[in-house]
Amino acid sequence: MSAVQSTQSSKNRRMRRIIVDRGIDLVLLVFSLLMLLPLVFLVSNGFKTPQEMLAWPPTIIPANPTIDNFAAVLQDTPLLRWIFNSILFAVLSTLAILATSSIAGYILAKFRYRSLNVIFALVLATAIVPFEVYMIPLYFQAQSLGILNSIWGLLLGYLVMSFGIFLIRQNVIHSIPDELLEAARIDGAGELWIFFRIVLPLLRGALGALGVLAFFQAWTAFAWPMIVATNREAYTIEVGLALFQTGFTVDLGRLSAASALVLIPSISLFVILRRNFVQGVASTGLKE
Amino acid sequence: MLRRKRWLFAILAILPTLAIFAWLRMYPIFETLRLSLHKWDILSRNKPFIGLANFQELMTDRLFHEALLNTSIIAFGVLIITIPTAMVLAALIHYRTRSRLSGFYETAIFLPHVVSLVPAAMAWKWIFDARLGPLNAVLTFFGIEPQAWLFDPTLSVISVIVLCSWQALGYAVLIYLVGFKSLPVSLYEAAKLDGASGPQSFWFLSIPMLKPITLYVSVVTLVSGFNVYAQAFVLASDAQGAPGRQVRVLVLDMLENSFRNYRVGYAASEAVVLLLIVLVLTLIQFSLLRERGRA
Repeated sequence: MSAVQSTQSSKNRRMRRIIVDRGIDLVLLVFSLLMLLPLVFLVSNGFKTPQEMLAWPPTIIPANPTIDNFAAVLQDTPLLRWIFNSILFAVLSTLAILATSSIAGYILAKFRYRSLNVIFALVLATAIVPFEVYMIPLYFQAQSLGILNSIWGLLLGYLVMSFGIFLIRQNVIHSIPDELLEAARIDGAGELWIFFRIVLPLLRGALGALGVLAFFQAWTAFAWPMIVATNREAYTIEVGLALFQTGFTVDLGRLSAASALVLIPSISLFVILRRNFVQGVASTGLKE
Repeated sequence: MLRRKRWLFAILAILPTLAIFAWLRMYPIFETLRLSLHKWDILSRNKPFIGLANFQELMTDRLFHEALLNTSIIAFGVLIITIPTAMVLAALIHYRTRSRLSGFYETAIFLPHVVSLVPAAMAWKWIFDARLGPLNAVLTFFGIEPQAWLFDPTLSVISVIVLCSWQALGYAVLIYLVGFKSLPVSLYEAAKLDGASGPQSFWFLSIPMLKPITLYVSVVTLVSGFNVYAQAFVLASDAQGAPGRQVRVLVLDMLENSFRNYRVGYAASEAVVLLLIVLVLTLIQFSLLRERGRA
């Protein structure tokens, strides 16, 4: 009797649990789709004719898709040039940040000298100063070097990343034991050899995460490219699009097409590199 | 001898990075502080020292007040929307970790955070558009008057807040997920044995235990809120089409003073105000964390 009752109640509990789980799934699914909806519409609007743009309710899959918007945008603006500028800028910035962060992070983690502690304190102290605070003097530095309107001017603001140095330092401390380095030294290995052959390979995961973070940081940069690039040929994609939309505010079809052209590669890249990215961003929240 | 050689290697290896750092970070930061005490319009050769006069002028500058107010409203608005939503979403996703869809939830919510700002803002420009936008169409369907979202002074601030929250949410959810994963499972099992329901253990266990994370995410969200620029630039063009004028934010006001009005010293004093805001927020975070550590 009581045995039957208890299986009955555990059955009920299991049923309730399944209902709750499905309910939560439903909430999350609806929310996720709502988050994606603006982007989905943006891409679909790019393929719509002006008439269909006005249709209500808005269609997700265009009835008669057209590539007129894309053709018009590619003709009106040097969009491909802007995309090229953005990619070059992001790649070079990523390489610079990886190089500076890995060397500085390793040195600051494994070499204990008082002078280095001072340097690390300075890195930490400047880390909280937002870029916007010092970009005006930086602009005049770029100007006096004569590199406004060039990739080098864009790069000037994105060669080092305090957080990158910090991240690599943490990683070296946690994943590379002193004994390993000492053993290599006793075997007669030089410091450079140790860095390139032992330290860098062990940091592959952390560097991957940092690389993705650095790439997207430069790819989405706005204020700095905005003031450095004033020449149409030198715009990054963000600046180009932002100024293009002020030109003619009416044609949302063309704006959507241009935006879609930019979004599709960056979304694909993100989906491929999701693991690295999530790891990188998640580590920004970790405190000692 | 060997020690000396190692020291030399360390210094030589770090020197290039240090040089870049000093030249492109510390020097411009120092310059910002210095220029804020000087009067400098790009054209003139001399930059007289004028003490705190720039800051005194800021106190009576109507445009600066407007920018500061808008920026603060945006920063706190995004905070108020983002933190509770992110916490609940992260709790639900964490609860459904084993579900096959959990990867999709994470990606979908995080995606707006990584896509380029301007194209994403373009999507919202369409949504908020007074004539073509689906938002007004939905409102009309429910019998509510259509609104000029991007031209009304209050509604345009709300529009910027919505866009910024949509972008900030993914980051907050991700950090909270890391937090949830680090909470001890045994505690939740004990609570369950004592008959606590899911929502109860969320309220009485998760929220208090995640306080340091909430503090961190709040400060990051506020700081990036105070640096808002691109979103207002794209969404809030004024009636003449001048970008960003409808919702004036600090960074825009600063850049206009520097590059349109050629008042670099004055713009630098605005940058110093921005820096002070960020410093105060960071100090609050640290002191609250320390207080917790002592308690």
